[in-house]
Amino acid sequence: MTATVDSAPELAAPRSPRRRPARRNNVELYAWLFMRLSGLALLVLVLGHLFIMNILDGGVHRINFAFVAGRWSSPFWQFWDLAMLWLAQLHGANGLRTVINDYARKDATRFWLKMLLYTATVLIVALGSFVIFTFSPDVGS
Amino acid sequence: MASTTAAEAGTADVPARAGSSRSGGTLYRGDLGMWSWVAHRVTGVLTFFFLFVHVLDTALVRVSPNAYDETIALYKNPLVNLMEVGLVGAVLYHALNGVRVILVDFWSKGPKVQRAMFWVIAVIWLLVMIPGAYFMLERTVTEMIGGH
Ligand code: HEM
Repeated sequence: MTATVDSAPELAAPRSPRRRPARRNNVELYAWLFMRLSGLALLVLVLGHLFIMNILDGGVHRINFAFVAGRWSSPFWQFWDLAMLWLAQLHGANGLRTVINDYARKDATRFWLKMLLYTATVLIVALGSFVIFTFSPDVGS
Repeated sequence: MASTTAAEAGTADVPARAGSSRSGGTLYRGDLGMWSWVAHRVTGVLTFFFLFVHVLDTALVRVSPNAYDETIALYKNPLVNLMEVGLVGAVLYHALNGVRVILVDFWSKGPKVQRAMFWVIAVIWLLVMIPGAYFMLERTVTEMIGGH
């Protein structure tokens, strides 16, 4: 590697592929873009949620069933929480997928960790959505 | 001149494996850019696990008001209060650093000022967390020093 690298005859043209891409689609590009777009939405949703719940509304000491019933009587907060649930869960799951890809050494380990992750993600998104859609202030009374 | 990605370790004027950076690796390894990424990853994973538990506990509102109230009552103590402050600090760092990563990716000057941006988010973090921690811990502390 000397200063005359630019004239080395055996160098291939810039950006010419060295090997065939592993996939013929743009899934990873969309995943990358999704992390950034969902991140921006979560900036408002999550930081707003934390600020309201932990500071403006007085923190966990104020929280009980009646508090939740009060908030979810408003479609605005129902929608806020639903959007936050889906975006945070998918953003976090995609982030964890990257982490698993980075550290799992065996194909089998990687496969099963991801299955566990996807199962947990579907379960949490489904359960959370179910709770928001079917919540009723009169349960059990 | 470190970047937030490993791709730039080893640029033209420095031999790739010279071991010339502070921690004796490449330009990236051991640098601020690496640690800001480590912290971003740790806080992201931590928040993901918290979210898992948080959706489960909130789902108890669908079981019965009592089941929910009894579980939330377990959270009303000084230790959990401190963990809440830790969680808020972790999420806030992740959010601010996420914006920094986005700026490095999309803003033409981003990569050049990524180090300065780190110090900017560090200052914002402190400016939010100092009053934030105060308001979050106020009640717990007054109760411990002999409130009601
Ligand atoms: C509050 C606003 C948030 C912003 C602005 C944000 C931003 C980002 C960005 C831009 C990335 C991609 C980093 C990269 O590609 O190098 C990322 C990764 C990640 N985020 Fe977030 N995020 C936010 C909230 C969350 C939440 C709530 C969770 C957890 C449920 C989370 C978990 C993760 C994880 C696990 C990663 C992967 C880290 C890695 O690959 O090292 N983030 N975040």
